Amino acid sequence: MDIFAQQMVNGLVLGSVYALVALGYTLVYGILELINFAHGETTMMGSMIAITVIGALFGVAPDLPGIVIVFTGLLAAIPACMLLGYSIERVAYRPLRHAPRLAPLITAIGISIVLQNVAMLIWGKQYIAFPTTLLPQGRHEILGASITDVQIAILFLTVTIMVALVTLVNRTRLGRAMRATAQAPAVAQLMGVNVNRVISATFVIGAGLAAIAGVMVSANYGQAHYYMGFLLGLKAFSAAVLGGIGNLTGAMLGGMLLGVLEALGAGYIGDLTGGFLGSHYQDIFAFLVLILVLTLKPSGLLGSKSVERA
Amino acid sequence: MKSTLLALSIAVALGLSMTAQAEEAVTVKIGQSSPLTGPQAHIGKDNDNGVRLAIDEINATKPVIDGKAVTFEVMSEDDQADPKTATIVAQRMIDEGIVGVVGHLNSGATIPASKVYADNDIPQISPSATAIKYTAQGFKTAFRVMTNDEQQGKVLGAYAAKLGKKVAIVDDQTAYGQGLAAEVEKAAKAAGAEVVAVEHTNDKATDFSAILTSIKGKAPDVIFFGGMDPQGAPMAKQMRQLGMKAQFLGGDGLQTPKFIELAGADAEGAIASIPGLPIEKMPKGADFKKKFEEKYGQIQLYAPYAYDAAYVMVDAMQRANSTDPVKYLPELGKTSFEGVTGKIGFDAKGDLTSGPITLYTVKGGKWETLETVQP
Repeated sequence: MDIFAQQMVNGLVLGSVYALVALGYTLVYGILELINFAHGETTMMGSMIAITVIGALFGVAPDLPGIVIVFTGLLAAIPACMLLGYSIERVAYRPLRHAPRLAPLITAIGISIVLQNVAMLIWGKQYIAFPTTLLPQGRHEILGASITDVQIAILFLTVTIMVALVTLVNRTRLGRAMRATAQAPAVAQLMGVNVNRVISATFVIGAGLAAIAGVMVSANYGQAHYYMGFLLGLKAFSAAVLGGIGNLTGAMLGGMLLGVLEALGAGYIGDLTGGFLGSHYQDIFAFLVLILVLTLKPSGLLGSKSVERA
Repeated sequence: MKSTLLALSIAVALGLSMTAQAEEAVTVKIGQSSPLTGPQAHIGKDNDNGVRLAIDEINATKPVIDGKAVTFEVMSEDDQADPKTATIVAQRMIDEGIVGVVGHLNSGATIPASKVYADNDIPQISPSATAIKYTAQGFKTAFRVMTNDEQQGKVLGAYAAKLGKKVAIVDDQTAYGQGLAAEVEKAAKAAGAEVVAVEHTNDKATDFSAILTSIKGKAPDVIFFGGMDPQGAPMAKQMRQLGMKAQFLGGDGLQTPKFIELAGADAEGAIASIPGLPIEKMPKGADFKKKFEEKYGQIQLYAPYAYDAAYVMVDAMQRANSTDPVKYLPELGKTSFEGVTGKIGFDAKGDLTSGPITLYTVKGGKWETLETVQP
């Protein structure tokens, strides 16, 4: 087995999830220049809802192919999260659209705590299991690295979604309206763009992506928990900043880079420092990156390009 | 006339004695602390239920201590498995007037809280804290009804060496995980195995692919994980995802139904130990299991120990004929109690004088007994 190749695979799989969640941060930031701190919790809700639906469906129709059951769970989680994203915007952002910057930031954190507690009330405080047995169990050796069917699906889905999203922003009417709103909301409004609807759409799309990411995480690790969105959200936020917040390609790049950095860091830090630092510093890399980027290049890797700003 | 007077006086005397008895009935609070929220809430609630079952049974016998009818009451507090919260909770329970505490669940919470109890002369019996440090601090109030990490680590380390020559060790950096892992490392080396990697993670992580990949490069025969089930399950899963064939080995934190539920098919073949006997081999295990499950459902992990701890505490009060912590504490040290989990007696430090350790393996989605070892 090639350790380096394996760490790259580990990093890319981890990074795909960060990237998908980061896209949600970046979309909202691109439009409103605000960080939606409830985004990590939307991810958590996505995986919880999916697991519930999967469990219920498996109870009713255990003879259906596993992949169909899981896919139905995913398809149920997406609109549910979209509705959640829409509600978050209506409750926590729209009333504060003209308030000082700090106010919506605080409401967003408030919403994230509320969502955590709601999830704890509904699904309990325990880790709940994702029925991974329903998914294909194949494992492949590529260039000496081991990768599972689920991980291949994660990589494939992430790239597909990314392409679809860039197309949406650059090629559709809604995309144009989004770009216009991002540039100058007031002017866009004068030009007949329904700014409120565009902002809602942004939240809804971001939440949909979060749902997919949530299902991916729990399918890969086999479990979900009411608190899982917190650290994931923070890391994805760091990824968005690394790529240049507001930039779609940047979010993708940032997510992948962060994942790879984490995997390589955790894998090699022990050997590189002669055991002085160990793999338990895995979580540090995201925040180290965040600090470095903010001090050295606050706009992020691709942040200066405003063309793709959503 | 005379007889009426007699009858009257008897009635009055009876009435008086009844009121006297009612006045002398006292409520005695026994503390229980474990994580009731957070990732380990299922195990914490299990402890709580164990104590409640014992106290309900004791109350049903209408105990009389020092001539007073005593009703025991459980004051249950959530320490969130967090050291800081544990000390706050300990102080709160003491302020509420508890006379003793069964807890805490985690070593990380038990150790800082034990100082608070010791400073206030409140006897403490942990059902599950296994870190050596807990009883090594020299507090005369600290006891436990479970074998400690040294005793368990010795068995696990020797067993790891028996499973293969090369052993890799990962811990979650909690007082429990790290303490146990250190003992396993020592014992495995002593038994002639080579420890090829020592890695750390934390008790909130779910991604271990990077750590496992670097361990895989060292080709271990056995991976020992010192930690709890929410981390152990994804670790077992990721070992299989990476195509690792090494034997997965853990301590009592992994030996839960939740581990199997979370790891699914990947739990198959994992080995974990629990201090003490398997429930079906405990002297009064079957009876306890029936009673407990009727009331609270499946036993998670330490409920029998929490149950015994509560009994041991009340037993000492009865022998001392006092619920005053200072008075019954010396009796606690002289405990000789036949509990559900076996014979309970304490050494000078407050550790169990004898205690077997049992190894289990996952077979067909269930924990099955491998063997019981006397350390």
